[in-house]
Amino acid sequence: MKELMTGNEAIARGVYESGITFAAAYPGTPSTEILETLAERYRDDLDSEWSTNEKVAVEAAIGYSFVGGRSFSAMKQVGMNVAADPLFSFAYTGANGGFVVVTADEPGIHSSQTEQDNRFYAGMMNIPMLEPSDGQECKDMVIEGIRISEKYRTPVMIRMTTRICHSKSFVELGERTEVPKREYKRDIWQYTTMPAVSKKLRHEILERLKVLADESLNSQYNYAVMNDGAKIGVVTSGISYQYAKDALGDRASYFKVGFSFPVPFEKIREFTEKFDTVYVIEESEPYLEFQLRTKGINCIGREVFPQEGELSTSIIKEKVLGIKSETIDLDTGKIKERPPVFCAGCPHRGLFYELGRRAKSGKIFISGDIGCYGIAPLPPFSATDTVLCMGESVSGGHGAAKAFEHYGTDMKAVSVLGDSTFFHSGMTGLLDIVYNNSRDLVIIMDNRTTGMTGHQNNPGTGYTARDKKAPAADITAIVKALGVKNVRTINPLDLREVGETLDWGLALEEPGVIITRWPCALKKFTEDDLQEFDVTRHLYQMDKEKCIGCKMCTKTACPALRFDTDAKKARIYEPSCVGCGICAQVCPKDAIVQVK
Amino acid sequence: MTKSILLVGVGGQGTILASKLLTIGLGQEGYDVKMSEIHGMSQRGGSVTTQIRYGDKVNAPVIGPGEADLIVSFEEEETYRWMKYLKPGGKVVLNKFRIPSSPILTGEETYPEGLIDEIKAKADTTVIPASEEAEKLGSPQSMNIVLLGALVKAMGLTDIDWDKIMEENTKTAFLEKNRQAFNVGLEYLS
Repeated sequence: MKELMTGNEAIARGVYESGITFAAAYPGTPSTEILETLAERYRDDLDSEWSTNEKVAVEAAIGYSFVGGRSFSAMKQVGMNVAADPLFSFAYTGANGGFVVVTADEPGIHSSQTEQDNRFYAGMMNIPMLEPSDGQECKDMVIEGIRISEKYRTPVMIRMTTRICHSKSFVELGERTEVPKREYKRDIWQYTTMPAVSKKLRHEILERLKVLADESLNSQYNYAVMNDGAKIGVVTSGISYQYAKDALGDRASYFKVGFSFPVPFEKIREFTEKFDTVYVIEESEPYLEFQLRTKGINCIGREVFPQEGELSTSIIKEKVLGIKSETIDLDTGKIKERPPVFCAGCPHRGLFYELGRRAKSGKIFISGDIGCYGIAPLPPFSATDTVLCMGESVSGGHGAAKAFEHYGTDMKAVSVLGDSTFFHSGMTGLLDIVYNNSRDLVIIMDNRTTGMTGHQNNPGTGYTARDKKAPAADITAIVKALGVKNVRTINPLDLREVGETLDWGLALEEPGVIITRWPCALKKFTEDDLQEFDVTRHLYQMDKEKCIGCKMCTKTACPALRFDTDAKKARIYEPSCVGCGICAQVCPKDAIVQVK
Repeated sequence: MTKSILLVGVGGQGTILASKLLTIGLGQEGYDVKMSEIHGMSQRGGSVTTQIRYGDKVNAPVIGPGEADLIVSFEEEETYRWMKYLKPGGKVVLNKFRIPSSPILTGEETYPEGLIDEIKAKADTTVIPASEEAEKLGSPQSMNIVLLGALVKAMGLTDIDWDKIMEENTKTAFLEKNRQAFNVGLEYLS
């Protein structure tokens, strides 16, 4: 039976069919739906968990593998940086139960910080890597990955990109294979990384690499597609294979690399020798190109194809064939970019509105973080100075506070991050603030979910990935246990409370924490939410007579507001309004009234 | 021959359900189908697209400039933004509806005028007040189904049993409204 699936759903299917019994991940675009699918569709077939971060996820999966179970983890490309530490060492000790890890890279940077190409990780770790080009391969490669992992006792990486993760194609479904747990025997010369052991293991990895090179050479995923009379040879992998076929059709022959570390050099050489012109078509870094060149295989790559952004059929057509697609060109100069905005009813709006007002003084350095609030640096709030990586707001804020103190600069450091980001890697930074005593003010925006990636449970929500009840982590208790004495929890929809609490926090000369607590407006509310918060949809209306057209309300950038330039009046677009009441609080004429 | 449909709009407008129903229909009809969309940050009120390609054998899931046979747009300005992706001779179905971006809301920019006329001058365009029609039906969220009806007509896909597909894949509570919305969309193109 065939089913239309996204690459992420197909990976989850592969996890199910290959008999993996444990999967752990932290949400991150474009990888999130892999674990979501496992937790929903295959809820009772395997243990799937949201971990507190990617390192924790991978380590849990490693422990599972050590003692003989098949395990899996998935993450976005920057998540691999967090998980890299255990993975590098795991490459040494090797797996017992099969282990597959997915990295979901983002050429084009749709929802990430960087455009890093994680294929190089496989080479650095000396672990085999598979690169699917469609949903079917996503599924098949998990099964193949587990086979390779157990045969060679190695972790296996599957490298996807956004267009593979989030594109649907037909996938043939198979049955699940159930396998017994492998035997675990204590072996400190295999499973520890004491220097003497690691020296031995390092040697073994390099030996293993030779055998893996043979495996790659004979892999069904490394193959040539020959077209009679084609004058161009193309070596390609991943989504680029699809673009290349659309762009060049039977004018080219293709060598598709699906098992891309170790690279199947001899097979590629055999292919390229048949052509005068060989292109390497790949997104992001010249990963294949570098390696082919080191083996003396001549090819054209980065000198014609861009190294930034996504590749496309039209780019390949233009660069290889010199054909530019005919397009309808309008004066796009007259329309501006449409930056993302905080949703109507977003609990972050009130905080950034008040924080942004205070930041106009130029005396607040706001250290931001990864989440929906990653757009807080933009107007109209302009309420964040820096955004780097998960958890950096806290430790970076600490560093800034130390610098202000050292140089006697009249500035206050503030860190802002969400609940899930705090659990991910904000807690360690906060402990550091207390331990090394800085004046950083940390604001934890607890919206009762992991918002940006589409509402995944986290340790604070009281539910697991599979929607089972769990102890809800108490952020106030954690913060206090870490040693912070000044802690206040507020309702971010109440601007007066927000303002007063910010003034209190900004004046502190020791570590302080403000927790804003209100659920994400798009969240499916739990019973606990309904008990704690009044989330009934209140109805607000604009009194046209009272509105003076001052635009104070639209400066909250709520997408439910409209401004009629002819009448010079603001109004509320009712279907979008959630009834949070922020606009009513900023109106100087009390023209916005709650009618229900 | 592979056909390409580009759905464009603003994050949160519900392009996903319309494209889901469409791909199910195309799959049942025996086409090879690929569909691509971007999740994440742009979902929060940013510019979003869903791309659908179908035919005997589809390779790339993504539509390039000058390649879309049809653009179905949920918002006026977004139609204009994505016109470069329309194949010359292709069709446009456009929801007459504006969502001001945040620079427009805060008064830094104004919503550009005359976009629809420019689009009409360049391509076979059907303008539908789909949001208004859906509101008239008492079901503003069925706007996407109005546009789906128009899309089906524009691409000549009326032989597929859309009624059954909606029955099996949308919430029962909305089914009747969705049926009506679908027909409203269909009729705009007849």
